[in-house]
Amino acid sequence: MEWKHISTPVDDNTIASLKCGDPCLITGKILTARDKAHERIRQMIAAGEPLPFDLQGELLYYVGPSPAKEGMVIGAAGPTTSSRMDPFSEMILELGIKGMVGKGRRDSLTRELLVKHRAVYFSSIGGAGAYLSRRIKSSRVVAFEELGPEAVFELYVEEFPAVVAIDINGEDIYENRIRQ
Amino acid sequence: MKRTIHTDLIKKEIEKLIYNASFTVPPEIKSAFSGMKLSETRPLASETLRILIENAEISEKEEIPLCQDCGSTIVFMEIGQDIEFEGEYICDAVNEAVADSYIKFHLRKSIVSDPLRRTNTGTNTPAFIHTDIIPGDRLKIDILLKGGGSENVSSLRMFRPTDPVEMIIDYIEDTVIKAGPNPCPPIFLGVGIGGTADAAMLNSKKALMRPTGEKHKDPFYAELEDKILARINSTGVGPMGFGGANTAAGVCIMEAPTHIASLPVALNLNCHSFRKGGVIL
Repeated sequence: MEWKHISTPVDDNTIASLKCGDPCLITGKILTARDKAHERIRQMIAAGEPLPFDLQGELLYYVGPSPAKEGMVIGAAGPTTSSRMDPFSEMILELGIKGMVGKGRRDSLTRELLVKHRAVYFSSIGGAGAYLSRRIKSSRVVAFEELGPEAVFELYVEEFPAVVAIDINGEDIYENRIRQ
Repeated sequence: MKRTIHTDLIKKEIEKLIYNASFTVPPEIKSAFSGMKLSETRPLASETLRILIENAEISEKEEIPLCQDCGSTIVFMEIGQDIEFEGEYICDAVNEAVADSYIKFHLRKSIVSDPLRRTNTGTNTPAFIHTDIIPGDRLKIDILLKGGGSENVSSLRMFRPTDPVEMIIDYIEDTVIKAGPNPCPPIFLGVGIGGTADAAMLNSKKALMRPTGEKHKDPFYAELEDKILARINSTGVGPMGFGGANTAAGVCIMEAPTHIASLPVALNLNCHSFRKGGVIL
């Protein structure tokens, strides 16, 4: 199987070249957020507060890692179910995100928003927490440390596997499969 | 004859069970995955299974949890009525063992104390403990570490007693297709049939504790399990929902007596990371 190598920040041409079903290996900086962090971002925006990080042009990874053992960068760190973040898709894409990485289906609104914002949704390998942990070379908390595993981390990943699940044309790997 | 068991022993056993379930995949599940990998013709399905097999090797060697969602700790105990416990309240002992393990083994703590106010307890407690009193003097402890993604696609439907079995199979297929990639397939499916609504739900989870690969003792249900498995694997959902021949790795039914008006069917889907274990004391 041929993997496509992509690096972050991902430029618009690369994003446009990604097709539904393409297996990719991502290298570079990515930011993380899951349920609670999304809620916090929404609250801060509503309160008119500046965000402690810039999401413009970034990839956002839905993960809540297990604690790192001494001497390790991070614990198990596979993707969590993305559909829980569907209600936040519009907010996060308007902040300039170029792609999300998670696992599982997205709702039809998220699919439309991805087309509108010319962004992609990747699905990584759920339940491969140990395998994916080794693809993460550095990790630091950039916001909401008090949320523990739900904090926002900046990760540096090398050859992190993720499959294009929804491309900029709205092609969806999960819908495709059912149709076949 | 009374038999005495000290709760310290229970704590030690539960810690061992949690460690093994979090970092090791038993040989029967490893070989099931190798078999599934061979049967996949799609490159992405086969590659996904290869990654899961390698994940198990890394987890065991480097003591990194199999999955970052280290689960709710579900504990089933069958307690012989001739046992007398020494030490502390048995459920306190279980919770202490869970807290100690999740901290010591660097497992993620995923339990909030209240469903609406949502403060993490920081210990992965309370565990979800189910006890049954049985005859004799033995204590059977089974644990299941279950992630949120697969628990969130659980399902219950109350059928009419006259509904054909085919209708139940259709419902199961439909539930698995709707769940799609979210429960991290290939799944292990627990099915509770009969009882009351609550009993069926509990039985659907208990069914998963049957040793992996073991058939139902009743040939009628063993055959039904095979039929359900074949139907699920014809959906094409495949490993991680990317499409493929392996959507489920096993189906376990637990049936129970029920009311003349009722036919509850409950489904508990477990992800491919089937983290469980048991001991008899």
